[in-house]
Amino acid sequence: MTDITDLDVREGVDRETVETVQNMGSYKYGWNTEIEMDYAPKGVNEDIVRLISKKNQEPEWMTEWRLEAYRRWVTMTEPKWAMLNYPEIDYQDQYYYARPKSMEEKPKSLDDVDPKLLATYDKLGIPLREQMILAGVEGAEDAPAEGRRVAVDAVFDSVSLGTTFKDELAKAGVIFCSISEAIREHPELVRKYLGSVVPQSDNYFATLNSAVFSDGSFVYIPPGVKCPMELSTYFRINAENTGQFERTLIIADKGAHVSYLEGCTAPKRDTTQLHAAVVELVILEDAEIKYSTVQNWFPGDENGKGGIYNFVTKRADCRGDRAKVMWTQVETGSAITWKYPSCILRGNESQGEFYSIAIANNWQQADTGTKMIHLGKNTRSRIVSKGISAGQAQNTYRGLVTMHPRATNSRNYTQCDSLLIGDKCGAHTVPYIEVKNSSSRVEHEATTSKVDDDQLFYCRSRGMDEEEAVALVVNGFCREVLQALPMEFAMEAQALVAISLEGSVG
Amino acid sequence: MLKINNLHVKLEDEDKQILKGLTLEVPAGEVHAIMGPNGSGKSTLSYVLSGRDGYEVTDGSATLDGESLLDMEPEERAAAGLFLAFQYPVEIPGVGNMTFLRTAVNAQRKARGEAELTAGEFLKVVRAKAAELQISPDMLKRPVNVGFSGGEKKRNEILQMAMLEPRMCIMDETDSGLDVDAMRLVSEGVNALRSEGRSFLVITHYQRLLNHIKPDVVHIMSNGRIIKSGGPELALEVEENGYGDLLAEAG
Repeated sequence: MTDITDLDVREGVDRETVETVQNMGSYKYGWNTEIEMDYAPKGVNEDIVRLISKKNQEPEWMTEWRLEAYRRWVTMTEPKWAMLNYPEIDYQDQYYYARPKSMEEKPKSLDDVDPKLLATYDKLGIPLREQMILAGVEGAEDAPAEGRRVAVDAVFDSVSLGTTFKDELAKAGVIFCSISEAIREHPELVRKYLGSVVPQSDNYFATLNSAVFSDGSFVYIPPGVKCPMELSTYFRINAENTGQFERTLIIADKGAHVSYLEGCTAPKRDTTQLHAAVVELVILEDAEIKYSTVQNWFPGDENGKGGIYNFVTKRADCRGDRAKVMWTQVETGSAITWKYPSCILRGNESQGEFYSIAIANNWQQADTGTKMIHLGKNTRSRIVSKGISAGQAQNTYRGLVTMHPRATNSRNYTQCDSLLIGDKCGAHTVPYIEVKNSSSRVEHEATTSKVDDDQLFYCRSRGMDEEEAVALVVNGFCREVLQALPMEFAMEAQALVAISLEGSVG
Repeated sequence: MLKINNLHVKLEDEDKQILKGLTLEVPAGEVHAIMGPNGSGKSTLSYVLSGRDGYEVTDGSATLDGESLLDMEPEERAAAGLFLAFQYPVEIPGVGNMTFLRTAVNAQRKARGEAELTAGEFLKVVRAKAAELQISPDMLKRPVNVGFSGGEKKRNEILQMAMLEPRMCIMDETDSGLDVDAMRLVSEGVNALRSEGRSFLVITHYQRLLNHIKPDVVHIMSNGRIIKSGGPELALEVEENGYGDLLAEAG
């Protein structure tokens, strides 16, 4: 594939990203970068697990941890309870490790960096200075900044390419680095928390991830620290037939605050690609994590060919009293989405929130939702889910709210709205509610509606074309969730909503 | 400006003819009123002109400054300068009134090859026009028509009209559901927009709106056709005697 779309070099991301997104036809991130890659052989076995561990220069305990997970995984079977239909995945027909060759030696300046890699960053809308840092150019940290203050960690196929603003974050005591670096540099933290929220044995995909994860991000916010800037990770799958298995671990120590953004893209390919990530959030007393995702993996083409199979385990553990977590997700991509970001509300008065927009168009299938596990007293949770189905797509909300016996005086509010565009798609709502004490309260509201012809005509009679009208009405439908996103992300998400629905009407 | 000739329209889903050879011309700068009993096809006329689905034109034509409206998409008609003030303005949850207006204004500007208004430019204009119609800043922020009173909805339609600056305004029973004060506000809004280059087609059941918005010509519509046209006195006649005599006269 050589049809690389040329985009101008951009200085800032925000406004221009939005405009570019608006101006592009269908899937914006569908280019692929031809970069010489260093692959491990196809398939997974103990040797591959050892190889990944070795490539990351991991200590013995980490290799053992992975092997333990691998041995567990071979005894497990893939879960089939989700409302998803896809051909059998051949786990031996995937590459589990790919790394750009140019990363083997550190470049001295931008001139030494593979220009194709830089072009990739450009298209992702990453500012130049951050491109230099991500490309590993020495001294790039001292170059002048360009306005936007978001620290970025980029993961290209399996490897973290670098993290920006590291020094400045370090001054605040914040650790933000790739997980492979954290395993080497901060083993005490990693050993303490890795697998403590999503255990190795948690589920088929999480266990596979535990064995073969190649990189991901690590964040530690020390007690009482409010992270001075938003942190973000950009994931991109580039190499063909490559699975991406990243692992993210974020720890907010007592009274710490952090807002974390995650973006994902992948090239257009005829074949499907596997993505099985694990995200673990640990939130101690009075700490707060806000985790936002805009997932825009390649959804497959309009005939349902290709696309990412996205099997993700995300879980937050509010370990301390008054700990707070907020998941916000905008899921527009992937052929298959299997994802249930969850909250364990262990601490008394802890709070969990889940705001979700899931859009499925053409032949996409999404089975997504959340779990709110109330263990502590006076815990609160709130779920707002907006599912949009168009084309032949199937969109399922699956959620669990459980109130344990000692979670007295706890509350949950769930609002689950589905919007249908056209008459060949489906929306499904599968709520599970378990209440084991008499003082807690659970509320569940669900609606399903079709995009209203009167609304569309009203918009069009005012001059908007049909797609603009649908995007406006759908953005209105999603408003509560869009408002929960950080500002720049909200703009990009709005534009994405419009793009994801292209061709859904008429 | 607007020329409708021998227009025949039936419902798409059933074999029911609604407009049966309607002919009407509204020259530039004039205000024409259409009155008529229930079921005479007045609202259908407004929908067909603005391009709503569900109708089939079986014969005749409708042009705006010589351009055929019937071949255009609704948004193209809007960009060409046609505006319909809805009898029942539609609610759009979650979409701020201001966002809606700005999207509409810029969509039309884009379609005409004009530069889009920046947020600042737009804000200045909309605030001034909203104030004239006594539309509060709060109403501009609320979702489009959601929770608006009848009067607020109609004032909001006039605000859209003022912002979009159409050449041909069709008002479908804008007076329905308005109290006296709201009717005055709406009428003042419309009168402020009257100009040489702008025409109005005012559809109404009642003469009282025409006390506020003085028409140049009044048409009586019945059974899908215009059966009589005349000056403002025709509306008074209807008010006094009902439609009975006129219908009988038309046979």
